[in-house]
Amino acid sequence: MTAPRTLFDKLWDAHAVTTREDGQTLLWIDRHFVHEGSHHAFAKLREKGAQVARPELTFGVADHYAPTRTRDLAAIDPGIADMVRRLQANCATQGVRLYGLDDPRQGIVHVLGPEQGLTLPGLTMVCGDSHTSTHGAFGALAFGIGASEVAHVLMTQTLWQSRPRRMRLRVDGRLAPGITAKDLALSFIAKVGADGARGHAVEYAGEAVRALSMEGRLTLCNLSIESGARCGQVAPNETTFAFLGGRPRAPRGEAFARACDAWAALTSDPEAEFDREITMDGAEIAPTVTWGVSPEEAAPIWAATPDPDAIADPARAAALRAALDYMGLRAGQKLAEVQVDRVFIGSCTNARIEDLRAAAEVLRGRKARTPGLVSPGSSLVKAQAEAEGLDAVFREAGLEWVESGCSMCVGMNGDLAAPGERVASTTNRNFRGRQGPGARTHLMSPAMAAAAAVAGRLCDHRDLTREEL
Amino acid sequence: MDPFRKLDAVACPLPLSGVDTDQLIPARFMSRPRSEGYGPVLLHDLRHDADGAPVPGFPLDAPERAGARILVARRNFGGGSSREAAVYALVDHGIRAVIAPSFGDIFSGNAVNNGLLPARVTEAEAETLLDALAGGLTRLEVDLEAQEIRGAGAPVAFEIAPVWRTKLLNGWDDLDLTRARADDIAAFAARDAVLRPWAIPAPEPEG
Ligand code: SF4
Repeated sequence: MTAPRTLFDKLWDAHAVTTREDGQTLLWIDRHFVHEGSHHAFAKLREKGAQVARPELTFGVADHYAPTRTRDLAAIDPGIADMVRRLQANCATQGVRLYGLDDPRQGIVHVLGPEQGLTLPGLTMVCGDSHTSTHGAFGALAFGIGASEVAHVLMTQTLWQSRPRRMRLRVDGRLAPGITAKDLALSFIAKVGADGARGHAVEYAGEAVRALSMEGRLTLCNLSIESGARCGQVAPNETTFAFLGGRPRAPRGEAFARACDAWAALTSDPEAEFDREITMDGAEIAPTVTWGVSPEEAAPIWAATPDPDAIADPARAAALRAALDYMGLRAGQKLAEVQVDRVFIGSCTNARIEDLRAAAEVLRGRKARTPGLVSPGSSLVKAQAEAEGLDAVFREAGLEWVESGCSMCVGMNGDLAAPGERVASTTNRNFRGRQGPGARTHLMSPAMAAAAAVAGRLCDHRDLTREEL
Repeated sequence: MDPFRKLDAVACPLPLSGVDTDQLIPARFMSRPRSEGYGPVLLHDLRHDADGAPVPGFPLDAPERAGARILVARRNFGGGSSREAAVYALVDHGIRAVIAPSFGDIFSGNAVNNGLLPARVTEAEAETLLDALAGGLTRLEVDLEAQEIRGAGAPVAFEIAPVWRTKLLNGWDDLDLTRARADDIAAFAARDAVLRPWAIPAPEPEG
C-alpha cells in the first residue's frame, strides 16, 4: 500500500519528470497561457533563436490590454494597440492558437480557460499571471510564473519547482444566503494575512466549499495568491464534471466518461497529512469589504476601521496610519458610512455569469448613484448576459456595459479611476495605485458592489433587498 | 548570469511593509522593452508626487544612497502580481540584494532567475538594520556563502532556500540544467500520453 497522499501530492507526483538531489523537481506542464504581458518571454526566445517546443499546449489570450469601448485597434492609444499587436505577431510566428479580440470566445485568461474546457482536473497549468491559481478550482495544479519561467516553459514544456508545503482550509457548515466565495476568501486572507499562506499549496475543503458552484470555487481559488499561497485547489466532484461536459476542448463522449473516472480519484486520502490545517465556520462569514491597501485589510461591513493608536508595534501602527491616509479614511470610521465615487464589476475574480446575475439582481429596477463600469469576464459571458437581459438592467441603472477584458482590474487598457476616487470593485487587489495613480479601491462581492452603486456608500446588499420585501 | 558570492555596497532603507510588485513597477510602465531600462521607473509612484516631481527625502534618491546595491524593507516585499518587471526595475537600478522578513513567492523565484538575492531575516533583525541605516550607516556586507549580513553591529544570519542559494552562488541558468534532461522529458511525455490521454486538448470543434 502506498502512503496516504493529499490531492496536491497526487497532482505533483503525476507531473514529476525528475527530481534533483537538492529537491528541485522538473514538472511537466500540460497547459500554458500567454497574454500581452508575455512579450518579455517571447523576446528571450528570439534572443536565443528558439522555438516553442509544444505550441499545441500553449494558448494566447488578449485580455490585459484589451480595449473595452471599441475593438478597433486603430481607434485606441497606439501604445496599447501595439501590445495587442505584439501578442498577435508572437503567437502567429510561433504557431500558438490565439483567442484574440475578434474571437467570439475571447475573454480574461482565467475565465476563458474553464469555459473552453482547456482547464481540466489533474492538469498542471501555468501563465505569467499570479491569478493562474484560479484554475485550481477544477482540481488542477495551477500557478503564476515570471517571464524567465514563461520562456522556459515555451522552450521545454517543463518547469523547475520546489515542492510547496501543504495547507488545508476546512470551512464547516454553510455560508448564509447572500454570502459568497468572495466573502469567504477575504475573511480567510484577513485571518492568515497577505503572506500567511506563503510557500503553501492550499486545499479548500469542508461543507461550505463542497456546496460552492464552479463560479464560486473559481473566485475562491483565484484569491489564493492574495494569501501568499503558491496555489489553491478544490477536489473535483460531480459539480466539476457537470460543468465540463460538452466544453469545446474537453474530452468528448467515451473519452470524457473515462476521464471523469480518472478525475474522481483526485481527492486527498482520508489519512493524508497536511503541514497546516485551518478551520473556519461557514455560518460566521459576514459580507466583507476591504478598507486598506492590502487584501488582508478586510472586515465585515458592519465593522469600523482600526485605530493605529491602539496598536503597540510602532512599525505596524505606522503602516496602518499610512494605509488609512492613502484611503482617505479616519481611524474608527464605520465602513457602512464610507461614500464611494465609482463601481467596477469585472475581472477574473468576479465577472462570470453567476456574478453578473447577482449584481443585476440588486440593480434591477434601481438607479445607481455613482457612475460605473461592468465588463464581463469573457465575450461568451457577455453574450449570455445579453441573452438574459442583464445588460439592460445595468444600463437602466446607469452603469456602462462594455466589452470583456481585464479593464479596471489593472488599468493597462486605459480604464482607470481618477486620483483620489474611491471605487467599489469586484477585483482582487486594493494595492495603492492598482486602479490608477492615487485611486482608492475597496474589494467586495458583485452584489455588494452593486449595492454600493445604489446606496452611494458601502453597505450590506441584503439591507437593500430586504427593504423591498 | 554572474555568480553571487559576497556584496559589500551602499545599502538603502525602505521602511515600508507590503511593497507589492504594483508599487515596484506600476502597470503603465510594463509595455516598454527591457532594453530601455526599468531603473528610472522603480517605485515610481512612491518616488514621485502626482505632478511627477521627485518626493523630497525619498530614501532611494537621497545623495548618500547613490549607487545603492542593497535594499532593506519590512514584511511581505514583492507580493502580488507575477510581473518579473518588478525585478528588472530593481536590478536596472543597481540593486543586487533585498533584505526583508518575508517575500512574495513568485517574486523570489523571479529575483533568483535574475541574480537578485532575496534574503530573509526576522522582523526584529530588519528593524535593527533599518535603525542602523536611519542612524547614518551607509554600507552593508551581504555574504551568501556564510549567509550573513555584516556592518550593523553583530552579524545577522539570513535565510534563503538552499536551491536558490546554490543557483545564485553558481550563477546557474535553469535552461542549461533542463537541456541536460532532454531524454528524461521525452520519455516522460511518451509515457504520459498513454497514462493520461485526456490531458491533450480536444481538437477545436468545427465552426
Ligand atoms: S482580471 Fe486582473 S487579476 Fe485577472 S488576469 Fe486580468 S489583470 Fe490579472
